[in-house]
Amino acid sequence: MAKVKPRVKVPRKAEAGEVITIKTLINHKMESGFRKDKKTGEVIPQKIINKFTAEFNGKPVFSADVRPAVSANPYFQFKVKVPESGTFKFTWVDDDGSTYSTEKKIKVGG
Amino acid sequence: MRVTRRQALGLGAGATAVLIAGPLVAPAIAKGQTADDAIKAFTGGAEAKSGKISLSTPEIAENGNTVPVSFDVESPMTTDNHVQSVLVLADGNPRPGVATFHFSDMSGEASASTRIRLAKTQNVIAVAKMSDGSYFMDKRLVKVTIGGCGG
Repeated sequence: MAKVKPRVKVPRKAEAGEVITIKTLINHKMESGFRKDKKTGEVIPQKIINKFTAEFNGKPVFSADVRPAVSANPYFQFKVKVPESGTFKFTWVDDDGSTYSTEKKIKVGG
Repeated sequence: MRVTRRQALGLGAGATAVLIAGPLVAPAIAKGQTADDAIKAFTGGAEAKSGKISLSTPEIAENGNTVPVSFDVESPMTTDNHVQSVLVLADGNPRPGVATFHFSDMSGEASASTRIRLAKTQNVIAVAKMSDGSYFMDKRLVKVTIGGCGG
């Protein structure tokens, strides 16, 4: 499969207590397990991102349990209230057990 | 490592067994669990009232492969009073479950957007679980021109 590359948009700066919007996208086929191979007629086994989590300074802030009905290249947008400067860590878990993660820093105040 | 004929046959048989078992198990879940069952499992039998949560979807989705869906739950999102999780379902898909979103008191606002697959024209349902144990639900009908679950 093509290299999985997570893309995340987090504002670089925010005021303390501001509610920011985070947008995330990861390229993944999200094979639903319902499609059939056109040549062989066999069902292509399910392979999806089944879990997405967002942590801020090690504390979980948002997560999603994902099922096959989420589109290919799963996109999640959500909000977080940032109390202080810190680092967001985003993790995606694949059905095959591999995880993809990325980090983003945010500066609060000043 | 060299694979003997015997081993190759054994592997083939094993793989076939998995392939046969897979589809047998999958439809049982798909048919056994309807959207109503999924809501009951999520709420533990409690009634989901309408209000507080608002779901937004396009009225007509030309391509069922990627339908933008977002929701917003009215809540102060404090430690004592916040939205714990939101279950999103599509009642006409082979499997109704779409995703469950978990929020925390750091979420600020209980809203999220994603893109989902819809096999045909159907209802998209969102159920929010509040920290006080109450549930709120919203439903939107989405007309789908081209289904998105493959076939």
